[in-house]
Amino acid sequence: MFLASYLLAALAVILAWPAPILLSRARWTARSPESALVLWQAIALAGGLSMIGAMLTWGLEPLGDNLLQGLRGLTSLLLDGSPDAGLDLIHVFALSAALLLTVHLVFTLLLTYYKIRKQRSRHRDLLNLLSSPSADSPRTLVINHPAPVAYCLPGGGGSVTVLSNGLLELLSPDELQAVMTHEKAHLDQRHDLLLWAFAAWRSALPWLPTSKLARTAVNELTEMLADDHALKTSDRETLVRAIAVVAAGERPEAGAAVTAGVGDPAKALLGAAETETFVTAHRLRRLLSPVPALGRAAQSAVLLGSALLLAVPTVLLVAPGLAS
Amino acid sequence: MATLGDLERAVMDVLWSQNAADPDESGLTANELRDLLAQATADGADGKELAVTTVLTVLSRLEKKGLVQRGRDIRPHRYRAVTSREEHTVELMHEVLGSAPDREAVLARFIGTVTEQEAEALRKILSS
Repeated sequence: MFLASYLLAALAVILAWPAPILLSRARWTARSPESALVLWQAIALAGGLSMIGAMLTWGLEPLGDNLLQGLRGLTSLLLDGSPDAGLDLIHVFALSAALLLTVHLVFTLLLTYYKIRKQRSRHRDLLNLLSSPSADSPRTLVINHPAPVAYCLPGGGGSVTVLSNGLLELLSPDELQAVMTHEKAHLDQRHDLLLWAFAAWRSALPWLPTSKLARTAVNELTEMLADDHALKTSDRETLVRAIAVVAAGERPEAGAAVTAGVGDPAKALLGAAETETFVTAHRLRRLLSPVPALGRAAQSAVLLGSALLLAVPTVLLVAPGLAS
Repeated sequence: MATLGDLERAVMDVLWSQNAADPDESGLTANELRDLLAQATADGADGKELAVTTVLTVLSRLEKKGLVQRGRDIRPHRYRAVTSREEHTVELMHEVLGSAPDREAVLARFIGTVTEQEAEALRKILSS
């Protein structure tokens, strides 16, 4: 079983370091955000699985040829307490580390969920007092603020889209429609669940730079998915104009490019932004010079690759007697 | 005024306008509040009289949420809004526009924060 644990460790390293870096630099992801998102999830899941699995199989090695035998051995060891089973300190250490990592990951996932829920419900409370329902659209609130802002607040059945007065004054009806469809896609496709998982992954492994990379990439891909959804009912030009106008915070003079005042009207409100990300720039580039969506064969290959990524550590974990 | 949420809203509206009109005022009692609420809804359709206990329930909920503070020195207790409506709006927008680490997971903005560098990139994309 040593071989299995070394293979798992190698896989964990690949999935923790080079794989996310390569994927975050890949250009094809913009051509098929769905399959890229599946691949990101597979990398994170398989990464976590092989990290834990490597330590587990290594620690259980003296007790059996595979995971099941090892676990059975461990159970009888713990129940009967026979001291001569051959688990020395270093194996106990590996097993404890595997257990700790598992608990840590699950606990962080739950804690992040709790924090997000709390922030959302506090936000929602204030929102209920400060905003008024939109006359034109269901599940939409309007808040009295001059900056052009649109966002959605997920919350299972009670999710809402929020628009500011500033936005309503700035956008034409068809641009507004594009914005609303974009936000509705976030809510309908439950992007919040993905963002929650990757936010938790980031909090759980803050020393792993690629966990931040993953979070940013997943965020960007969900934005692209929502853009694609908006394009089903709005034309490309309208969506681009809506993005440019909201990013600029003002409507450009006729003729002048939408460039003069690009900058966040809310900037005064903030300190320096936490990270330099280029989500909006990437979205615009993708909309302005469209590349064809990834072909069916390539998409299938990505999905197959994701499935394999999950299958490999699973097989390594349970495969009997790889070492013998 | 159907739901508790609507009532909270109405109560805050009264307290906020009271605050704006006279910031030094020590606040309103539940009875005064009920009368003001009745006035505000007089031209509304339902016109049903609110019970003071209902107003008190709403007030204690708002107090728990940190929106209302209660003066306990004298009875009956007097209630006032913690801050103005505008300050709450600023607080809310700060959450939306700010760059708290997990902001994207809490709520999804149509356009995220555009940094100086990204603004530069946007200009290039749009002018090409």
